Amino acid sequence: MARHVIAPASALPPGERLVAEVAGRKVVIFNLDGAYFGLFGRCPHQGGDLCLGRTTGLVEAGAEPGEYSYTRRGEILRCPWHGWEFDIRTGRSRAEPARVRAKTYDVEVKSGAELFDGPYQAETIVVSIEQDYIVVQA
Amino acid sequence: MNMELPARPKPGSAIVRPTIADCDIHPCLAKPSDILPYLPKRWQDHAMTYGMLPRHGYQSGPAYPKGQPDAARLDSWPPDGRPGSDLSFMQAQHLDANQVELGIMTVIAPAAGAAQNLDYSAALARALNEWQVAEWASKDSRLKASIVIPYEDGAAAAAEIDHWAGHDAFVQVLLLSRTAEPLGQRRYWPIYEAAQRARLPVGVHAFGYGGYPVTAGGWPSYYIEEMVGHSQCCQALLTSMVIEGVFERYPGTRMVLIEAGLAWLPSLSWRLDKHWSRMRDETPHLRRPPSEYIRDHVWLTTQPMEEPEKRKHFHDIVEWIGIDRLLFATDYPHWDFDDPLWAVPVKLDEAARQALFLDNAKALYGRA
Repeated sequence: MARHVIAPASALPPGERLVAEVAGRKVVIFNLDGAYFGLFGRCPHQGGDLCLGRTTGLVEAGAEPGEYSYTRRGEILRCPWHGWEFDIRTGRSRAEPARVRAKTYDVEVKSGAELFDGPYQAETIVVSIEQDYIVVQA
Repeated sequence: MNMELPARPKPGSAIVRPTIADCDIHPCLAKPSDILPYLPKRWQDHAMTYGMLPRHGYQSGPAYPKGQPDAARLDSWPPDGRPGSDLSFMQAQHLDANQVELGIMTVIAPAAGAAQNLDYSAALARALNEWQVAEWASKDSRLKASIVIPYEDGAAAAAEIDHWAGHDAFVQVLLLSRTAEPLGQRRYWPIYEAAQRARLPVGVHAFGYGGYPVTAGGWPSYYIEEMVGHSQCCQALLTSMVIEGVFERYPGTRMVLIEAGLAWLPSLSWRLDKHWSRMRDETPHLRRPPSEYIRDHVWLTTQPMEEPEKRKHFHDIVEWIGIDRLLFATDYPHWDFDDPLWAVPVKLDEAARQALFLDNAKALYGRA
């Protein structure tokens, strides 16, 4: 397990996504109101590119027939092929949460100072101490 | 902007994709006017002035909205035009990437065969066939075409088949599943006669414009009901073809049901046989149980494939139908595309895999 510095935190504002290659794999990273989540960019159903999926909310039935709620706005990722819905926070599919889930990655924000002080060295981009960075575990 | 801190894990190993035949690929016009150069001037003027009225009341588009824009994979839009309209994009994204050795093109839009003006139906069918040769089959030898026909006019449809018979680009005759009458009825017999004469299979692709509700129970509320309605529609048309005696009269007929599911076929066969054994004398022109005609004359494309809750049940379905009657298809570029590497829900033995993914299609379409 290594830590991969992806980008300055400022490159991923809330509600947006960022696609990065992490250890040879395409990972799509989301910022949901300051919390960061990473999903492997390959749909576990048949392999559609999840990086291209639309984000939506969750439409669900209410207590009575005909009642609907729309929650989790922006927290559901739909596969660009078959439309499977995935919870960005957990990777679990809405249809079969126990069996079909997108691989998740731990994403955290570290300060440049932490990255310099730790045992890790940045290789390909200059990490300045003044900024925060998005770091993915993989 | 990707920077890795110390250990660089090795990338996932490369996936090896076997060679396949794809029996349902949808090329389409980048824009409607792209067909004009292939139409005679008289029909160019008609197309621009009146357009096409499908057999479908009071609306111009398909009956139900689709699962994704233009019913296509979100990643299948070429830089210009609609999904399926750019050969080089299709080559890179699908034919090359998925190792397609034989790709059967099924042009379903515009649905020329469903045009209410039968003369325009015939003209547009001819134009789409010319277009398939000029823009697709002649540019990529992996792609083979299906003859689009004005299927509501049996004589004109047969003439279109005769026109292309023996042409190397064409390997199939193509109809859509929703027609004015059940497909076994006599108005359609000239099609089967001509296809038999040309030694071409008759493909019936789901969808179309019959003018009737898309389910046997009326107009449903949701797109998902249309999707599963295709199996009803194809059960009805296949039943008609069997019971009307099409396979008895034209024994060279080879039917390919495209994009209509497959697990329903055994149940239909069993049910037909049960009733036939009691009512045989109603249709004495049938010399054999209905299931035997189906077994001898019908192929099915796989996409969108059933995914049984217990995966092993897929083996039962294959056994009931016969592995030699299944043809792999992706439906590229449509949104319910089946990826050849992941779509089959069970692991098939090598002989079965080879049959389903390649050999059955090559044999059926004369490319073995």
